Parts: sequence; C-alpha cells; structure tokens
Amino acid sequence: MSVDAQTVRRIAHLARIAVSEEDVAPLQGELNAILAFVEQLGAVDVAGVEPMTSVTPMRMKKREDVVTEGGRATDIVANAPETEDHYFLVPKVVE
Amino acid sequence: MSELNELTLAEARDGLKAKRFSARELTQAHVDAVEKARALNAFILETPERALAQAEVSDRKIAAGEARPLEGLPLGIKDLFCTHGVTTTAGSKILEGFEPHYESAVTANLWRDGAVMLGKLNLDEFAMGSSNETSAYGTVVSPWRRTGSDAQIVPGGSSGGSAAAVAAHLCLGATATDTGGSIRQPAAFTGTVGIKPTYGRCSRWGTVAFASSLDQAGPIARTVRDCAVLLASMAGPDARDTTCVDLPVPDFEAAVSRGVKGLTIGIPKEYRVDGMPAEIQKLWDQGAAWLKEAGATIKEISLPHTQYALPAYYIVAPAEASSNLARYDGVRYGLRVPANDIVGLYEKTRAAGFGREVKRRIMIGTYVLSAGYYDAYYVRAQKIRTLIKRDFEAAYAEGVDAILTPATPSAAFGIGEKASADPVEMYLNDVFTVTVNMAGLPGIAVPAGLDSQGLPLGLQLIGRPFDEETLFAVAQTIEDAAGRTALPKPWWA
Repeated sequence: MSVDAQTVRRIAHLARIAVSEEDVAPLQGELNAILAFVEQLGAVDVAGVEPMTSVTPMRMKKREDVVTEGGRATDIVANAPETEDHYFLVPKVVE
Repeated sequence: MSELNELTLAEARDGLKAKRFSARELTQAHVDAVEKARALNAFILETPERALAQAEVSDRKIAAGEARPLEGLPLGIKDLFCTHGVTTTAGSKILEGFEPHYESAVTANLWRDGAVMLGKLNLDEFAMGSSNETSAYGTVVSPWRRTGSDAQIVPGGSSGGSAAAVAAHLCLGATATDTGGSIRQPAAFTGTVGIKPTYGRCSRWGTVAFASSLDQAGPIARTVRDCAVLLASMAGPDARDTTCVDLPVPDFEAAVSRGVKGLTIGIPKEYRVDGMPAEIQKLWDQGAAWLKEAGATIKEISLPHTQYALPAYYIVAPAEASSNLARYDGVRYGLRVPANDIVGLYEKTRAAGFGREVKRRIMIGTYVLSAGYYDAYYVRAQKIRTLIKRDFEAAYAEGVDAILTPATPSAAFGIGEKASADPVEMYLNDVFTVTVNMAGLPGIAVPAGLDSQGLPLGLQLIGRPFDEETLFAVAQTIEDAAGRTALPKPWWA
C-alpha cells in the first residue's frame, strides 16, 4: 500500500501537525519508503496466532482503590505556557 | 592523583572506600573533563554545582562509615529521565524550558544509592534515531576517529551522548534507554558496554515515553562489571509502573565472575545476513571461539522470524509513539505557538516543536492505527511479535543459555553519511538489536575488537527473560578474551 498527497494531508491533520504544501511531496516519499519496507510482513503466515498484548507473561498489578496523591495543582500547572488560577488556558473552544 | 576520570566505576568505588582520594576530588576531575570536552556536544546541560554539592555529602557519608552502593560516583543522565528541578528536554524543542516537579524512578534509585549527577546527556529527539543526528541540541561527535582521518564519526543513537561521554571518560557510567537498540548500538559504536535488561526490570515511571511496550532503561559503562553495579541500583519494583515486575534484584556483580563452563551458547543462522561484511563475520566467529575455549558449548540455532522483526518494529514503535506523543499539545508544558483556535494551536505547536524524524514516525503511527488499516498493519505486526518471541522460547527450551550475535551490521559511520531521503537506510542499523525489544528479552553489547579503520566493533548476547546474570558472566568472558579496547586519544580536550 502507498499513500497519495491527499492521504498525507489527512494523516497530518489527524496527527495535529501542520504541514506546508512544499513538505507534502517529500513526506509522501518518506512515508512510502517506510510502507514499502513493512510490506514484506504480508508474506508471513499468521493464521491462528494471537497478537501480543503483554511482552512478559504477568498479571497486571493492581493497587488498593485509595487516594495516594493529590493537592498538587501548583506543581501540575507549573510548566504550562499559560495559566490562570490553577487552570490551563487555551483559545476559546465554545461559542 | 591525576587522571581520576580514567578509573573504572568499580575502581573508583573501591578507591573512595580505601580513602585514596575524596568524592570531591573524583567529581572535580570529571567536572573538568566535561568542561574540556564541549567539542563532543555530549551534554545538553552540565550541572557542576549540583555534582560538587552531592560529592560533599558523599565525603561526609564515607567519613561516617555510611557509604551507600554508588557513594560519590559521578554519572551522566540521558536527558530522557525526568530530574526534579533540572531541565529535561528529551532532545526536542517541544519540551523547551520543561522543569519536572518530580524525579524518575531510575534516577531516584541512583541518588538513593549515593551517585553524583554531572549533567543531562544528549540524545536523538525522543530517542528516535541511530546516530544522534536528530537531536534538537545538535549532533554528538564520537570520541573515536578512523585511523589517519579527522572526519567526525557518529556515536550511534539514541543514547549517543551517554556512549560518547562514557567512552571519553567524562563520567564513570551513564543511564540510557533502549527501544530498538538505543543502548546496545551506541555502546558497540564507541567501544563501551551497554545492557538493555528484560522488559519490566527497571521502572519506566518518569522516563519520557517513546514506545511503552518496548522502552527499557539500562546503563552504559566502560566494563561489564561497571554495568552490573549500575543496573543493580537502577532496577527494582515500582508500584507506579504496572509493567515493572515485583522481582528482587539479584547480585549482578557477583554474577560477573561466574564463567561460562557448562553453558550452551546459541548461534542463530538467520543473523548471517546478505552482504554482511567479512570483518563482522570474523568477529562473530572469534567470539564463539573465545567462549568455546572458556568451556561453553556452541550450538547452531534457528530463529526463523528474525527478518520480520525490523519491519514489524516500524509499525509497533511508531504506533505507540503517535499515541504517547499526543500529549505535546502546547497546553500543559513546553513550547506553545499561539493560534486563534485550539486545533490551530495544536497543529502549529507540533509543527514547530517536533523534528523531521519524529513527525515522520508520528504520521506513520497515525496511519497504521487509522480506521481500515489497524488490522492489516498493527494487529498483524503484534502477531508477528508473538512468533518472534516463540522463536526465542523454542531455542531456550532446547537448552540454550544465551545467544551470541554481532551487535551492529557495521562499525560507526561518519556524520551526515546516511542523510539520504530513504529513512529505512538508517533503520537497518538496528537489525540485530530490535528482535530483543520485540520479545522483551535482556541483551548486552560488549566490545570485541576494532575494524580495519580502527573503529570499535561489538558483540551482542541475548538472554532468557530475567536472566541478566548469565549475560554478565558471558560478557565478562568476552571482555577478558578481547582485552579492553584501546581508548581514543583525547583530541577533543
């Protein structure tokens, strides 16, 4: 499978990365080189094989359902580019 | 008392214990070496004041007879580990100015054990690369050069700063991370030792995520013993990472001197790839001969799905990366490029903040996870991963204790030499290392000789899950037989 210019624009938008028009063609070439490389996986017989979901055979650890942390709003917003009263600021999303 | 930075980590530890020098003197020697080596660009951030302050504490602990396992030993930290109050970049512009308000589990373990931090080490952006050429903070230069040439050589990647700093004696050891070969390939390129432990051995908490089912932290150092000492401190259970196992950490240093008598070492025929340079084949044969001489049994084995590991990796890793890197949105931390609406803010911030290789991988990941392609790409790749793991399980079930392979398909290349338009050319560097991540196994790279141009070459050993001890024993046997590689002349100082 390979991608066309329109698909490159669509993927870029899904990935939330602005791509300029002059970047579409080179990106298309690079993405198609990678897709051509992974094409060989089609030759493998995977009938009846379970997809890997956990690399080490272990039961997921669970902890007590109790509060372990909290009250750190100042720490959490400390690195944000724009904040107000412990809120993250973004452009208006609701009219 | 000159050249304290030429000691190995274990020698420095023993020297401090015997009070032959102070932690302050040891740290100062390294701080000076770091300062003189800026031409290598190994550090993104130097923290000499913090290092000297920690060394003062260590000297007091040693005087009081309370020395901890890594007391007063100066280390470099790959800038993928979050460090409390110390800028952490992941080699990316998008984390500009990020100062974590928490400490990664691995680095917290090192400070608990008395280690000293010299600074944050350069890396490929978000650990995506095999040459350290994708860092937003510039390429790292290897301390190694080809015989009779002053052309700049890559240190490998993504832990290029870690490998270069250790090889150049700027630190006694360094933390690193390995998603597809990022510890073992740079170790092989710089004549250092690097181990990627079994998935789950080290906590991933507080380490910037690339591909969560593949990422694992480990050390790079100048000897096998030094790696064993460092891993013993870095590893251990952590309730905050659900994939970190609740297993006690063995005495790795004791395993170093076990020898290989009675062990069976597998030689996988599928690693004899087309076009493998004769030098690499010779090195591999030599490694097998050394182990045989030391009392191991050598056995040819088959890992039939080897060739599919790298293409499957280039589906799984970008898919997980596209999800993990969705968090860089210009809202919570790092770079923000203003826009009139929220989608514009995301798109402009991510366009300006991510480098080319990272964008490429996010886009591939987004594509293979998108509607209509998920089964054809991602699910198929995860099935192939099961087959790769089964190959290893079959070999181990036949009594193989460890597997010997070359670490890389060639020695290090020159900076800019692989800047072609085809990203796959660079990806092929990881062809021997990536299987190990796909199967979650431990792997170690150990220097074994030099190529005809005078650059280091390494061998890789792959072990059973959670049997790093055997890897340390076998790697030590290779280190003993090969001798320590001649160190590069310090042209940079």
